[in-house]
Amino acid sequence: MYSEKVMEHFRNPKNVGEIEDADGIGEVGNPVCGDMMTFYIKVKDNRLTDVKFKTFGCGAAIAVSSMVSEMAKGKTIEEALKITNQMVAQELGGLPPNKLHCSNLGADALHKAIEDYLNKKGGEGAKGAKT
Amino acid sequence: MPKIYLDHSATTPLHPEVKKAMEPYLTEFFGNPQSLHSFGEPAKKAIEEARHKVAQLIGAKTEEIYFTASGAESNNFAIKGIAWAYQEKGNHIITSAIEHFSILYPTKTLSKWGYEVTQIPVDKFGVVNPDDVRKAIKKTTILISIMHANNEIGTIEPIKEIAQIALDYGIPFHSDGVATVGQVPVKVSDLGVSSLSLAGHTFYGPKGAAALYLKKGTRIMPLIEGGIQEGGRRGGTENVAAIVGLGKACELAEQEMEKRIQQQKHLRNRIIQELPTKIDRVYLTGHPEKRLPGHASFCIEFIEGEAMLLLLDDEGIAAASGSACTSKALKASHVLLALGIDHALAQGSIVFTLGEDNSDSDIDTLLVKLPPIVDRLRQMSPLYAKFKKGEKLEGDKECIPKK
Repeated sequence: MYSEKVMEHFRNPKNVGEIEDADGIGEVGNPVCGDMMTFYIKVKDNRLTDVKFKTFGCGAAIAVSSMVSEMAKGKTIEEALKITNQMVAQELGGLPPNKLHCSNLGADALHKAIEDYLNKKGGEGAKGAKT
Repeated sequence: MPKIYLDHSATTPLHPEVKKAMEPYLTEFFGNPQSLHSFGEPAKKAIEEARHKVAQLIGAKTEEIYFTASGAESNNFAIKGIAWAYQEKGNHIITSAIEHFSILYPTKTLSKWGYEVTQIPVDKFGVVNPDDVRKAIKKTTILISIMHANNEIGTIEPIKEIAQIALDYGIPFHSDGVATVGQVPVKVSDLGVSSLSLAGHTFYGPKGAAALYLKKGTRIMPLIEGGIQEGGRRGGTENVAAIVGLGKACELAEQEMEKRIQQQKHLRNRIIQELPTKIDRVYLTGHPEKRLPGHASFCIEFIEGEAMLLLLDDEGIAAASGSACTSKALKASHVLLALGIDHALAQGSIVFTLGEDNSDSDIDTLLVKLPPIVDRLRQMSPLYAKFKKGEKLEGDKECIPKK
């Protein structure tokens, strides 16, 4: 059913876990849709120095999370925001048609974590300007 | 790595004796049973012998058995065929919320064609209350269809009581017996059903042969017209070898049933009793006692079924799941939702169905291999992390209690 690449990432997912002092956290999905993903990012000098995730979902959802985390790690914020679900699915050697939505979730969760980081940073910037 | 098959409700292996019985009809006796010459004769005779064996197993008359190609066809035949045949009497059909898709979809289709369908809810164990069926009956009710046992949760329904109600009102009563015939004693006269579906591949027969029992006097319209086969009620050249195999499987089921039940019950009870001692927050689905002898089904909290199946498969263990992610439509099992289980917990569905080929050592292996898989997936699960931190889980309703 799944490509070898999907199975590889599902069997040995990279970057599973949480980042205690994450700079950004993005949570998408809910159990009613089937899957739930939480991404944690650490940012330094506009680069994602660390990316971790936790996923509740099927083989595809776990593989997608692992692939997204690998693709995003080391990238600049701008580069990471350009990661699309198509790119994720392609990197995984394709996904069954009914599992393509899992790749949407992966990219969404990453982008949400970045958004969270940018929002927090924006807030801090404003504070900094006052003092 | 030795493989362990725990998905017998999906299908069973072909029994060697069934295979042996079928072989001549794939080679030597290739004739069309409807031909009048000497090639057709042995095929015709073999089909009638098979019909007799099927009838024997369920305590029916030989002429009350109609061969079909699958359990789904038998169910479609009964639902549509009986509804059509009785349409001048009314248009109301009663069924349950946990029926197989091959009952649910035909009733949905009929509702688009002007029939009215009532779905009876079930309790948390998946049991239909016969009183609810009685209350749902109207003057226009022409068919009641309640499955004998559910393949996802193993619960056996009070068919005898429901059939008696149908009989009191003179309404034809169909039961989907695909999960029970060949596995537990099923006698149509004892149950009191007007029709009953069965499929050979769930009890060591071949795929492609199934049957519908139709009590004499129950009217039905054919789904497949244009042939004289099956008394004109089901056209199409017979799948002779498969039908012979079905007959043989019925014969073996009758001989072996007691032994099979005892062995499967023992293994099933081991899974049901021992799994919760190795994994926390695992909930049995279906009825704790009134369930199929070889059926152990659970929801394991905070993780998803397909991921469990893939990792179990890596260990050589085959099981099933009713999780949304394992279904083609990505919808949680309607059966689990009907029990009142919420979506998140339904995602953790896992179903083990046992067969002749299983032994205690298979269960030992399962009990060793499954807990680390559950643990591994939970370590990845944001729901488990939230639970561990004591956070309230969104939309998380109360789980069904363990008995």
